[in-house]
Amino acid sequence: MTKKRTVKRKVKEPEPTNEQAPVSEESENEEDEDLLQAVKDPGEDTTDDEGIDQEYQSDSSEDLEFESDEEGNYLGRKVSNEAEEGEDDDEDEDEDEDEEDEDDDSDDDSEESDADDASATPKDDQPSSSKAAAAQTKEPLIEIIPRDPSKPEYEDSDTSDEEDIRNTVGNIPMHWYDEYKHIGYDWDAKKIIKPPKGDQIDDFLRKIEDPNFWRTVKDPMTGQEVLLTDEDIALIKRVNSSRIPNPEHNEYAPWIEWFTSEVEKMPIKNVPDHKRSFLPSVSEKKKVSRMVHALKMGWMKTTEEVEREKQQKRGPKFYMLWETDTGREHMRRIHDPVSAPKRDLPGHAESYNPPPEYLFDEKETKEWLKLKDEPHKRKLHFMPQKYKSLRAVPAYPRYLRERFLRCLDLYLCPRAKRVKLNIDAEYLIPKLPSPRDLQPFPTVESLVYRGHTDLVRSVSVEPKGEYLVSGSDDKTVKIWEIATGRCIRTIETNDVVRCVAWCPNAKLSIIAVATGSRLLLINPKVGDKLLIKKTDDLLAESPNLDIIESERIKTAVQWSNAEPEEQEKGVRVVITHFKPIRQVTWHGRGDYLATVMPEGANRSALIHQLSKRRSQIPFSKSKGLIQCVLFHPVKPCFFVATQHNIRIYDLVKQELIKKLLTNSKWISGMSIHPKGDNLLVSTYDKKMLWFDLDLSTKPYQTMRLHRNAVRSVAFHLRYPLFASGSDDQAVIVSHGMVYNDLLQNPLIVPLKKLQTHEKRDEFGVLDVTWHPVQPWVFSTGADCTIRLYT
Amino acid sequence: MRRPKKYESGEATQYISRRAALRKLQLSLNDFRRLCILKGVYPREPKHRRRAQKGSSEIKILYHTKDIRFLLHEPIVWTLRDYKIFAKKSGRDRAIKDFRNLKRRLALFPEIKLDHIVKERYPTFIDALKDLDDCLTLLFLFSTFPSLHLIPREQSNLCRRLTIEFLHYVIASKSLRKVFISIKGYYFQAEIKGQKVTWIVPHYYPFKPQSRQEVDFKVMSIFVEFYTIMLGFTNYRLYHGLNLAYPPQFPSSMLQDNEDTLKDETSFVSERIAALNFELLRTDKVQEDEEEPDIDMELLEQDGDSKRIIKMKQEAQEIARLRNLFKGLKFFINREVPREPLVIIIRSFGGKVSWDSSVFSGSTYDESDETITHQIVDRPSLSTQYISRDYIQPQWVFDCVNQRQLLPTNKYFLGEQLPPHLSPFVDAKRDTYIPPEEKALHDPSLIETHAQSDDESEEEEAAQNEDDTVDQELLDAQLQRAYQQETAEYKKYGGPDGVNEDEEDTDDEDFDDEQESDDEEEELDEKTKRLQEEKKKMSVQSGKVHKVNKRQLHKAEVDEHRLQARMVKPRHRNLFRKLIREKQSKEKEEWLLRKKRRNIDNDTKEAKKLAKREAKKAAAAAANAASQLGAK
Repeated sequence: MTKKRTVKRKVKEPEPTNEQAPVSEESENEEDEDLLQAVKDPGEDTTDDEGIDQEYQSDSSEDLEFESDEEGNYLGRKVSNEAEEGEDDDEDEDEDEDEEDEDDDSDDDSEESDADDASATPKDDQPSSSKAAAAQTKEPLIEIIPRDPSKPEYEDSDTSDEEDIRNTVGNIPMHWYDEYKHIGYDWDAKKIIKPPKGDQIDDFLRKIEDPNFWRTVKDPMTGQEVLLTDEDIALIKRVNSSRIPNPEHNEYAPWIEWFTSEVEKMPIKNVPDHKRSFLPSVSEKKKVSRMVHALKMGWMKTTEEVEREKQQKRGPKFYMLWETDTGREHMRRIHDPVSAPKRDLPGHAESYNPPPEYLFDEKETKEWLKLKDEPHKRKLHFMPQKYKSLRAVPAYPRYLRERFLRCLDLYLCPRAKRVKLNIDAEYLIPKLPSPRDLQPFPTVESLVYRGHTDLVRSVSVEPKGEYLVSGSDDKTVKIWEIATGRCIRTIETNDVVRCVAWCPNAKLSIIAVATGSRLLLINPKVGDKLLIKKTDDLLAESPNLDIIESERIKTAVQWSNAEPEEQEKGVRVVITHFKPIRQVTWHGRGDYLATVMPEGANRSALIHQLSKRRSQIPFSKSKGLIQCVLFHPVKPCFFVATQHNIRIYDLVKQELIKKLLTNSKWISGMSIHPKGDNLLVSTYDKKMLWFDLDLSTKPYQTMRLHRNAVRSVAFHLRYPLFASGSDDQAVIVSHGMVYNDLLQNPLIVPLKKLQTHEKRDEFGVLDVTWHPVQPWVFSTGADCTIRLYT
Repeated sequence: MRRPKKYESGEATQYISRRAALRKLQLSLNDFRRLCILKGVYPREPKHRRRAQKGSSEIKILYHTKDIRFLLHEPIVWTLRDYKIFAKKSGRDRAIKDFRNLKRRLALFPEIKLDHIVKERYPTFIDALKDLDDCLTLLFLFSTFPSLHLIPREQSNLCRRLTIEFLHYVIASKSLRKVFISIKGYYFQAEIKGQKVTWIVPHYYPFKPQSRQEVDFKVMSIFVEFYTIMLGFTNYRLYHGLNLAYPPQFPSSMLQDNEDTLKDETSFVSERIAALNFELLRTDKVQEDEEEPDIDMELLEQDGDSKRIIKMKQEAQEIARLRNLFKGLKFFINREVPREPLVIIIRSFGGKVSWDSSVFSGSTYDESDETITHQIVDRPSLSTQYISRDYIQPQWVFDCVNQRQLLPTNKYFLGEQLPPHLSPFVDAKRDTYIPPEEKALHDPSLIETHAQSDDESEEEEAAQNEDDTVDQELLDAQLQRAYQQETAEYKKYGGPDGVNEDEEDTDDEDFDDEQESDDEEEELDEKTKRLQEEKKKMSVQSGKVHKVNKRQLHKAEVDEHRLQARMVKPRHRNLFRKLIREKQSKEKEEWLLRKKRRNIDNDTKEAKKLAKREAKKAAAAAANAASQLGAK
């Protein structure tokens, strides 16, 4: 029986049990005992095999469950075991006692337990038997497996393995059987039927009637009720009050000295000590001397020394790494090293006690706090603080973070060498002479010619510079005296006047007026009387035409003398076009004039010859929407500006000479330098382009002087000046000097911005013209005025 | 001939993305990071990102191919791989509880050796000095750290040792030049071998637990790993340059980890400071009192006196004076004052310093020492004071160093409102706002004129105005009357041509004449009238001064400038606009600061005036009361 116990203790250990384990332990124990007590009774000494056998024999069915855990066939064996048990029932006790005798020596437990066993046997009889009795009375159905009456129920085990084996379902949650009638299977594999369940009234009645009701407990495994014995209750009480469950156990039992503490005078054994037990060992002596020698020689080190050396070795060793300050040894380095820029040094604002103006006021604080999500936009990356004394300065909360960010910068930030421009903005402005050195040029507005009632489209000056002609959207042409600003004559036309042009020939006094689709040649009847007469005569008779005009021209243009009522107004010749005319321009001699009809497709540009009253269409194909045309002042060249480009044609050879690329969206006008080598082009995309015709087909200079579309540009005939008028209501006068020296590039200096026109319907200045002699500029605007700047 | 394919040459082959680099080096990202930090390899910004990234335009981290190839040959790559192997094997040992093997392995832990990398990254010693800023700042921070998961105590101890060694060098070589108390920490700038080395010592104890997103200590720890080695070698060379023994020997109690320092942060700090207040051992056994200046003066004199050389000479003299700024002064630091920066500063400018021995270790003399010249106090009042010394606030020391002279202590007395502490790092000739205090520094004449006399004179005026306005008017009226009487008498008794020559007064005189004409005789009257008429006819009309309308002129000029600005070349236009915008914002900033300052000044003046008036009133009331009492 005690043997069994040892086995069970083994079971409880966490390591998986095998059958060998208890056996080996047993054998060890045996050995120990052997050593302790000199051979006592060798005859009784159990062999290993015997031990195992006994084990199997002695084991009750409960124990077996665990012993054979790994062997898989345990059920069968159990069954057989049980069968045996039935037979062995009576012998059980005897056997056990036999075992006791046998195992007595081998038992590792003390004799005490044996004694306990012996004493407990008769007492333990009672509870089990009473229990059995109770079970029999209550549940006659269930076959009670007989227990060993001599075995105390709780003594041999307190593990959960000590299940009631009457039900064979094992250690499972019993609620699995809730829905069944039975509660498990007994050893014969028959169902254990659940006892009938009384209702609450029954329970209550029993509670009243049965004096033992309080000590009745339901066994969950079998479903039967168990009456607890007095011992059971006493045990439960002891357990509850955390005392040792065994009531017999005496905690204050007298101490038994198993090994005597007194030193015996006489030896227990009579054998004298061997010589070597009191003589020092020679081999050890040799070893030690060898060690001492090694320590002396430093071949061996004590643990302390070793430890110290390790300590020393641990830290880094420093030595003279660089021999000189600047000398460099050739070593492989990373390619093209770029050293990281240093951190910015702190300014006054970072001081702990800054001047008061650096501290944030409320507005700045608010702004600073608002930019929490985009700190890079902040003016300062910290908020300046002022502390009364050094003692009050706390640790900077973002210090660690800043150091970390710097570390990130150092290893994660891409580096590149960049040239940092440290220049003043002024340096980028090209060095130009001062406008004061480039006088004369118009600086102030001196006269305003009022009288028109709608925007004034165009203006032109008499070659002698005394009179001015202007055409307006109010369908009138007005002739003004420049010096006084008086309107001398108003000529009404039938349509909007798009363009007026005074004949540049000083020996004629003719104005070409483009109104609607008619081109009127008007004798203004101002100035020299003789001249007026001569002009009238010239225009009166139409020369005989012996050339038959082609159909293409005929359908486009008709020449006719003016009607009598128009004659009175001064109109002499009317050239009727097939489309509205946008622009008219004279050749320098005053015999030819060109008109532009943007809607005329391939007949949009026409050249008229006044003396022969003949028209020509220079182009057979349209190359784009023609914006304006221009005669070269000296050469027989003809400039045609389409939306994007300017083409220059030779009129004699009748071929294209050059195509100027403006790289702009829409050309508005152009003007040629009196010498004929430089062309100025204005565009609606705010730019003015200066072309040097000798140099290239691309603009020599692009000027963005205006803030809005540039409407017109004009060169002065004598002075090196040009003016531009734009929708931003400004007339900008610039100096444009062209040198005779071919190597010297033209000098362009903006001189003066004249801004007196008023804005009306997004329009500002529509046309600019220079006085032929004086440095005066005329501008017409959408505000129905013509202004003179001198 | 084979046609060259796209991205087979040029920029595309010069750069390699990080992913590709990892593949090539066969390292994990962590190891690669470590390698990059230690070797100083950093990503590059390509000229044309699209080309460098073989056509893709997303932003990748690109490294130079040559750098990566360079890393390929680095011996520490093998050490990093050994680490990996070590971790695997020791992990296995631990798992199977083979502790004997584990112990053996731990003893053979692969040490990383960084000496050659220091040499390679900084081929000359000067290069190392140039890059010392970040190193010192980080090590000073780490020297205050407690033992952390990723930062072993050993590392922070090593940092502490090295930084103290460096500070000792600075003290011994007297190379400290500028100091500044910022809200972030104390800035120090030393000039070592012509290189300006700036570092920050954080205020107090900056460590705070941080989230990993905020601060990754692992990365910083790798940096520190390299920087400690670098600073060690630098210190070694610096010490040898001064004939000092390296490593310096401190008293055994200092810088040893005992339980006290591990537990208590204050004792940890106090030991650090105590170690600073300690003279170093010299190898040459000669106490050098006078060190020769850096620049040989005589040589300079021979060179002649161009402006630059004169300037250099001045600078050298000034620095020579600065180095002995506190020589002969004895400081005592009260216990509430942060001692570390002050000890560094005072000692590196030749002063002697001590503190309360009962509170902190390492003090050299006691508070009762009569030879103490300055006691640094940072509290509003002190119960026991010695007459023989100045009680000053700590800012005095900093300001003295920055201005390179001993400032008068009256502004820094105990409990005094301190003047603003200005940064010494700003350029004096910059074109941004300069506060009046700084202006006064460069031009001492401004101090009186601007700050004080103005205030006083104005105040006086104001006071006078208040008090004397009534009296003044009275006096004026009396004078006027007397003058009129006088003139009347003069006209009566003076000759007929008693008319003043002043043209301005003619009207008055006419008026007077008219008044008087009744009294005068007719003849005289006519005569004078005629004379006057004649005179009127003769009178010369004063010429009109041609007034130049300054505003118009200015406008014209601005217009002209604007027009010219439109002639900027198209390729410079954007740059020009940017510059102009920058300039404008700078001007705005300056204007704002100036305005703020003006408002503040006005406010303070008002407050002062009010206070003064109140005081006067109170005094007058008191006097009244006294006189009444006396009368009774």
